[in-house]
Amino acid sequence: MREELLSIIEKNSRINVQELAVLLGVEETDVVNELADMEKEGIICGYHTLINWEKTSQEKVNALIEVRVTPQRGQGFDSIAERIYKYSEVHAVYLISGGYDLLVSLEGKSLKEISSFVSDKLSTLDSVLSTATHFILKKYKDHGTIISKKNEDEREMITP
Amino acid sequence: MRNPLSEQVVNIKPSGIRKFFDIVSEMKDAISLGVGEPDFDTPWHIRDEGIYSLEKGRTFYTSNAGLKELKIEVCNYLKRKQGIDYDYNHETIITVGGSEAIDIGLRAMVNPGDEVLIPQPSYVSYEPCAILAGAKPVIINLKAENEFRLTAQELLDAITDKTKVLILPFPNNPTGAIMERADLEAVAKIVIEKDIFVMSDEIYGELTYKGGHVSIASLPGMKERTILINGFSKAYAMTGWRLGYACGPKEIIEQMIKIHQFAIMCAPTTSQYAAVEALRNGDEDVLEMRRAYNQRRRYLMHVFKEMGLECFEPYGAFYVFPCIKEFGMTSDEFASRFLEEEKVAVVPGTAFGECGEGFLRISYAYSLDNLKVAIGRLEKFIKRLRAERQGA
Repeated sequence: MREELLSIIEKNSRINVQELAVLLGVEETDVVNELADMEKEGIICGYHTLINWEKTSQEKVNALIEVRVTPQRGQGFDSIAERIYKYSEVHAVYLISGGYDLLVSLEGKSLKEISSFVSDKLSTLDSVLSTATHFILKKYKDHGTIISKKNEDEREMITP
Repeated sequence: MRNPLSEQVVNIKPSGIRKFFDIVSEMKDAISLGVGEPDFDTPWHIRDEGIYSLEKGRTFYTSNAGLKELKIEVCNYLKRKQGIDYDYNHETIITVGGSEAIDIGLRAMVNPGDEVLIPQPSYVSYEPCAILAGAKPVIINLKAENEFRLTAQELLDAITDKTKVLILPFPNNPTGAIMERADLEAVAKIVIEKDIFVMSDEIYGELTYKGGHVSIASLPGMKERTILINGFSKAYAMTGWRLGYACGPKEIIEQMIKIHQFAIMCAPTTSQYAAVEALRNGDEDVLEMRRAYNQRRRYLMHVFKEMGLECFEPYGAFYVFPCIKEFGMTSDEFASRFLEEEKVAVVPGTAFGECGEGFLRISYAYSLDNLKVAIGRLEKFIKRLRAERQGA
């Protein structure tokens, strides 16, 4: 049931316990316990909302930054990653295989805010060798959801 | 001028579902729970293979019986799922949907006057196909108290000296009923004893919610007297690709290929390439869709129970078949009023045979959100009907 429960709430975290129990064909208490267990185990890390900010009046700029760093003896990439993820502007940090080391996802109010974060804070860190900043122009699909696509039933009437 | 038409064709009744759909398509903001096809798009990797085959210029006919690669995959699939060994070369034909296989299968097997047993409620094509093949359709009325399964006794009662073929439509459209191994064993015993043949329409075989689907062809002594029909429409959400298949004894398949080659030539090439991909790498997609259907099925059973609407729990396909006898009206009246007053289309059970009277087919090939809106309206409607009856 765990996998199926996760696949439901991954798409709809607002669904209530009663309905989950119906969909999964189990008791409500089982759902409650399973959710609590998974929160405790760190499998469920939060219940977030996917927002298309473009449709709001709020200005937001997102960027992905490729960062090359010098790993530190005994700690590898962990301590530098920690230095970076502590900034509140930083949305996500991933260790990446290939041409660079860390991929940092940033969110800011303007291009200026992001560029000053990169030049003032990120590139001045000791272990950071170089950065390459990519601004996101448009989101087509995020978290497995296609942004701004209308869902229309295109099935035609057919018999039998 | 002389009458240009064939009497036999003119006498065949058009499908009973049509009427409602015509109204729905005219009615603004009507919602439908009537559609009998998956609401999912064909998984992308399958579509991609279709596109790729076009890019590669694979735009010719395939051989009449179908693309060799696909026939091999079909046989692998049946071996893997049902443990049945079919020879791809002599015992397999790729058809234009499962529906073509029903048509040519019957035409290949019956002589004028032979009787074809058709358990109802069931898919609406069997009866006309049997008539067009020159056979006499004999209806077996399935019962709600048996969860609309076919019992050995019902079969036995319907068999005469003229009986040639039994159509076995499980998992069932419209009831959602399944036949489990023990049910099939009882039927198989009689089929063998009475020396008749089975056309097993397993188009919903991937959509069962209580153990896996069992094919009657997998039972001892049954492979040689069964035409197993399946296809890609329901399992892989590939309705528009028009692709199905039949497997069975060489001598029957050979004759089916003969009809198929003269009437159809071969199934669509692009679809066949896409279907190879579906069988090779589609298990995960089927699992995901089955899961979604099952959640909706559980949801519907739950709300019916809350509403006090009588409905046996169906374990197959994507239909539920609630009973509306308590409201004292026919299925047709109920469906008409429901459409008129609440703008929701459901199909009256009678569209699938007379014994569907008193029942409705509700399809859950709709997103949960859509289902909730429609069920909200059903609840309102039912409350009103009950109040009316109490007032009367």
